[in-house]
Amino acid sequence: MDILSLFVIIPVITVLAIILVKNPMQTRLISAIGMGIQLLLAAYLIYAYFAERNAGNMDEMLFMKDIIWYEALNIHYTVGVDGISVAMIALTSVVVFAGVFASWKVDFLPKEFFISLILLSSGVFGFFISLDIFTMFLFYEVAVIPMYLLIGIWGSGPKEYAAMKLTLMLMGGSALLMVGLLGIYTNSAPNGGPLTFNILEIAKVHIPIEAQRMFFPMTFVGFGILGALFPFHTWSPDGHASAPTAVSMLHAGVLMKLGGYGAFRVAIFLLPDAAHELSWIFIILTSISVVYGAFGAIVQKDLKYINAYSSVSHCGLVLFAVLMMNKTAMDGAILQMISHGLMTALFFALIGMIYGRTHTRLINEMGGLMKVMPFLGVAYVIAGLASLGLPGLSGFVAEMTIFVGSFQHVDTFHRVVTIVAVSSIVITAVYILRVVGALLFGPIKNDHFLQLEDAKWYEKISTVTLIMAIAAIGIAPLWLSNMIGDSLQPIIDKLTIMIP
Amino acid sequence: MTDFSYTILIPLIPIFFFLIIGLTGHKMKPIISGLIGTTGLSIAAILSYFTAYQYFFNTEKIDGAYQKILAFNTVWINFTDKLHVDMGVLLDPISVMMLIVVTTISLMVHIYSLGYMKGEKGFARFYAFLSLFSFSMLGLVLATNIFQMYIFWELVGVSSFLLIGFYYEKPSAVSASKKAFIVTRFADLGFLIGILILSFNTGTFDFISLTDIHGTAIASGSGIAFMGLSTMTWSLIFVFIGGAGKSAMFPLHIWLPDAMEGPTPVSALIHAATMVVAGVYLVARLFPVYAISAPDGLTVVAYVGSFSSLFAAVIACTQYDIKRVLAFSTMSQIGYMMVGVGVSRYGGHEGLGFMASMFHLFTHAMFKALLFLGAGAIIHAVHSNVMTDMGGLRKYLPITHITFLIACLTIAGVPFLSAFFSKDEILTAAFHHNKLIFFVQLFVAGLTAFYMFRLYFRIFWNRDTHYHHTPHEAPLTMSIPLMFLAVASIFAGYIPFSKLVTSDGLPLEAHIEWIVAIPSIIVGLLGISIAFVMYKKETTIPQKIGSSFKLLYVGAFNKFYFDEIYLFVTKKIIFNYISRPVAWFDRHVVDATMDGIAWITNAVSFRIKGLQSGQVQQYAFVFVSSAILLGILFIYLFSI
Repeated sequence: MDILSLFVIIPVITVLAIILVKNPMQTRLISAIGMGIQLLLAAYLIYAYFAERNAGNMDEMLFMKDIIWYEALNIHYTVGVDGISVAMIALTSVVVFAGVFASWKVDFLPKEFFISLILLSSGVFGFFISLDIFTMFLFYEVAVIPMYLLIGIWGSGPKEYAAMKLTLMLMGGSALLMVGLLGIYTNSAPNGGPLTFNILEIAKVHIPIEAQRMFFPMTFVGFGILGALFPFHTWSPDGHASAPTAVSMLHAGVLMKLGGYGAFRVAIFLLPDAAHELSWIFIILTSISVVYGAFGAIVQKDLKYINAYSSVSHCGLVLFAVLMMNKTAMDGAILQMISHGLMTALFFALIGMIYGRTHTRLINEMGGLMKVMPFLGVAYVIAGLASLGLPGLSGFVAEMTIFVGSFQHVDTFHRVVTIVAVSSIVITAVYILRVVGALLFGPIKNDHFLQLEDAKWYEKISTVTLIMAIAAIGIAPLWLSNMIGDSLQPIIDKLTIMIP
Repeated sequence: MTDFSYTILIPLIPIFFFLIIGLTGHKMKPIISGLIGTTGLSIAAILSYFTAYQYFFNTEKIDGAYQKILAFNTVWINFTDKLHVDMGVLLDPISVMMLIVVTTISLMVHIYSLGYMKGEKGFARFYAFLSLFSFSMLGLVLATNIFQMYIFWELVGVSSFLLIGFYYEKPSAVSASKKAFIVTRFADLGFLIGILILSFNTGTFDFISLTDIHGTAIASGSGIAFMGLSTMTWSLIFVFIGGAGKSAMFPLHIWLPDAMEGPTPVSALIHAATMVVAGVYLVARLFPVYAISAPDGLTVVAYVGSFSSLFAAVIACTQYDIKRVLAFSTMSQIGYMMVGVGVSRYGGHEGLGFMASMFHLFTHAMFKALLFLGAGAIIHAVHSNVMTDMGGLRKYLPITHITFLIACLTIAGVPFLSAFFSKDEILTAAFHHNKLIFFVQLFVAGLTAFYMFRLYFRIFWNRDTHYHHTPHEAPLTMSIPLMFLAVASIFAGYIPFSKLVTSDGLPLEAHIEWIVAIPSIIVGLLGISIAFVMYKKETTIPQKIGSSFKLLYVGAFNKFYFDEIYLFVTKKIIFNYISRPVAWFDRHVVDATMDGIAWITNAVSFRIKGLQSGQVQQYAFVFVSSAILLGILFIYLFSI
């Protein structure tokens, strides 16, 4: 059994085991063990990756495996990873692990909840290891569909509306994406020969520019919708607000990263000419996302809405950096995906924990919580500081890499949009401090808050896992940034060759 | 060559103790955490003194000039082929001087707080934050490259935020901490943009290559011009915005008075002696670049500094909160330092201003920390920081009284105390380069003497206030730092700065120019005398003067309404005029479009679902009529 397929198989086995057990406690334990193994496996994968690289294996993709799946259309199950996928897999396993502990006390249909959650994660893992765009798309759908059930059944507030909206918008994106991917497929052999879905194969040929012009926007927008590209981001606030804690964590933490990952792995890597030609439109849209999301977050009252808008801003920065198409900025984009994944998961976990105690998410009804739940309060402050880009935490590293990278473009247009994006650091500070101030500081507004308890052990596991990951990246970013940067080289080479 | 690699321990020790106190502080007795923090800082201070001794007296000089020594360096992250951020320790005269300032004041504040913060809730948290701040500040001064400096710049910002908001249950403290963070963050935006432009032009973040006067970095980017100033000048002006924000220069000063909501020892450490001078340090750090490729940038620095010092001094004359008087006084004194570097040029005697500015930074750290700690002792005794609640305190607080008086005399520029020398050098430098600024600074010197002695007489003389319980002198932990700093304030002026800390590392001939010194002494004594007449006893003169200059007085009393402008910008413009419309637009336009598409789909299917009625007659009717219609259409089409 190859190591990569294990990432898909372990969740499936975990799900099967959960089906067999009876009581909620066993369900939780099995989920925790399954995802714990997954986390260790991810750690091992990082180790194996570096071992392989140090041994001098400079292949673009490592641990490759190829099985013909449907011969008539040349669909394969092809898996393989480079530094970027390894990083994304590590992110996913951390978030899922933390997510299981954050939903320890789900009491309504716990078995079904964990089954959907873990199934979703297997889709995400499958997406990141796939090198065949058809298989990739398949896993993408596996990840999106359980989301509907998870929000529709375990959600809160107008959950049917939110679930419907989220799923329909993402499906709309999928439809565009499907057309785009098929377009790439039909043009994958311009010089004759069999058509292919394999990314590495397609990357070797030159897709005709007319086809690129047509399919780049479809692919990019298709993935962009999942990455909260303005103006297709509105599923995010409603969806996140209604979703249960672990689902918000996974969705904002990992699923939205599928968009960013796909945007550069498929849209830009395979259609570089059109990317160069049309990037300006999307750069404008994403720089709007960055600032607009941040301003949108300033006036929200619901913690989850604030975080959802903040995600629009931060994920906008991911796509923004991807479109800058140079190594530094793209490195920053991946770092930002990881960093945002971790800190937004932390945010949603904490919001869930706070909501579970205060039964409100409105910041004007809360205040002074630091005094009654110092652990959660400190964790919330750390998440906030990570979000506003404090050095020593992951957000800073990612943002600075993006800004320095984008600023390497010499033309005025790129310079100006970079400065627009940079200005978001101030706006972010405004809304983060507003929330932290209203939520944790000041006098306690409601007397029954005085009886609230601080974090339980399982909540502490969830929080501490995420905080440690955030701090590790923030304090020592070099290995991660180099791991990503080296793997970006083939992509950058292709982008520069294509410039006439 | 002396090995300085151990200096990396100086910042690492405080962060280590921060982690210990931060993670286990709530389990230990408060006093233990205080002692642990103090021990850590003492070790750092001893190492710093040792480093300073080694650096200044035991290191080889090249051509008689002090060299920049890269004591420790490691790559933190690679951005591009050329740009990489390192973490390390850079030793040169100014960083070594700052090591002394930071560790000395921080240690004094650590000791002082053992008494001052006794019995406070969150004692351990306080010490954890102090250690965090000391780490960040030391990392800032030792930075080997501008990006490392920016990193620690943000970290001191957040430590300051945490300490201002130390009493987090008090709404005013929370909003003050928010304000401080946001205003400085806004300034840091300028700093960051400056770094981006600067690093792009020069291809390096590294201070040694940036400030190498024969290097390529310093010459690059000076050709291209935008609005009459070169790219280099623009980038350095942007960098200075960051410095102005942190150093509370006009118009980014608004956070500093509010920052006094923090515990008083914090005000002494962060908002008087160390963090707020980071802006001056930043300009000094990049001084060769400023002086050689962007002299216009220095002019901006000088004028901003000069105006700020005047502006703050005028406001300080009207405030009643003793900590706010001191805050404005800090702003005014930092203005002096900015003037010092701003009027200076590179090398030789032209670099007098640079030396004077660093000198003043040093002496100011001592006497201003002393003033704040003294104010803390007074507040500790009378439980108020408004001077109208005070008076006649000299009888109750003898040690505080004497040390406070020493500090007041020092800041007023009384001859042969430390600030007399440093301020005098700044005035001399200004006198030779810019007469306008010289006269402004001379006037400010008089104002300084006046408002400091207004403060002094109001607190220790004036009317005998009746106190609910008799004010008592501070405990020994508090008075020892006071006495130490008082001694430092008196004698720091005799340190031969002109031989040690100069713009080009070479010693410099500096002596008192009496043409400048005599007017400044006269002005200072005049200020003291006016304060004596007005405030020694309770009189009605202040009210009379106040009402005869009503407009100026009311304006200054309300800090010229800059807080209102800040509120207007944040509350009205950002919150109401930008964010609300954005949020509204998002819900009612963008999202409504999406919902609208769904609604149209629904509505259309609702309309046409009647066609699927299941009635054979209807189907037959539709079928036949459509067939006839099509038939007619085809006949029509083909017959043409």
